[in-house]
Amino acid sequence: MNGVHDLGGMHGFGAINPEPNEPVFHHDWERRVFGIMIATFGGGHYNVDQFRHAIERMGAVEYLSGSYYEHWLSSLETLLTERGVITQAELDARRAQLARETP
Amino acid sequence: MSDHSHTAPPSDPELRIKALESLLAEKQLIDPAAVDAIIETYETKIGPRNGARVVARAWVDPEYKARLLADATKAIAELGFTGVQGEDMLVIENTDEVHNVVVCTLCSCYPWPTLGLPPVWYKAAPYRARVVSDPRGVLLEFGTRISDDVEVRVWDSNAELRYLVLPQRPAGTEGWTETQLAELVSRDSMIGTTVVPPPAQGAAS
Repeated sequence: MNGVHDLGGMHGFGAINPEPNEPVFHHDWERRVFGIMIATFGGGHYNVDQFRHAIERMGAVEYLSGSYYEHWLSSLETLLTERGVITQAELDARRAQLARETP
Repeated sequence: MSDHSHTAPPSDPELRIKALESLLAEKQLIDPAAVDAIIETYETKIGPRNGARVVARAWVDPEYKARLLADATKAIAELGFTGVQGEDMLVIENTDEVHNVVVCTLCSCYPWPTLGLPPVWYKAAPYRARVVSDPRGVLLEFGTRISDDVEVRVWDSNAELRYLVLPQRPAGTEGWTETQLAELVSRDSMIGTTVVPPPAQGAAS
């Protein structure tokens, strides 16, 4: 699929800016996304090709403006709701509840 | 073709993953302690020091190097490094004639068992887009100038096959032990964006 993820040769993204002594994760939420992906992958809820394909199905703007672990998070939400492991309604309700509880 | 719709506007990632994790834990589909253990393994045990040990072994043991170049997956497993995202490995050797550099233009395929999780720049658009069209210019951004008479080869990783660059052993390391040599080998030298520089005078003593 020749989607926005097919970046090879594209122009205009600017400098690479490697970060010296970069940590493995930059935020705690990245740790949780990584660990939950490995755990649900290990649980057989999807395979690695389906996981990558769900990233490739992201909207172009969302893909280009999102970080690596935001891509992973989007793929997890897409696959787990498509497979009925959790429902979108459950997710929305839980997010709203957490947002209310977070000061 | 994103048909994935949100009934509520997407909230920040911290909230989103908290919501996902708490639902999965309630349904007993994940064990948060097991998730913690996975995270700890990738933060403390699996990283570029593993790849550096492979490189140092290849530098001191010509028979190991021959096995590494012939069947990298098997030779890397000899040192105990196996697992996801390292199932099929190819080691590509830098020489006086060829410098190799690795990318994944389509996503962020990377050899986890030997290098750990990839740095942000490897996963981000600027490197993935440009290293295939202007590799020498990209290498300069890492402070690496490759002489015009050396060919630069760019290897585009994929879901099935992952690459590890075998950098050239620097001059001035004659008689060094494998452990000393491994200390010299950086993550970026095994991706190919840098080379292993000669050690500072007296560094081994």
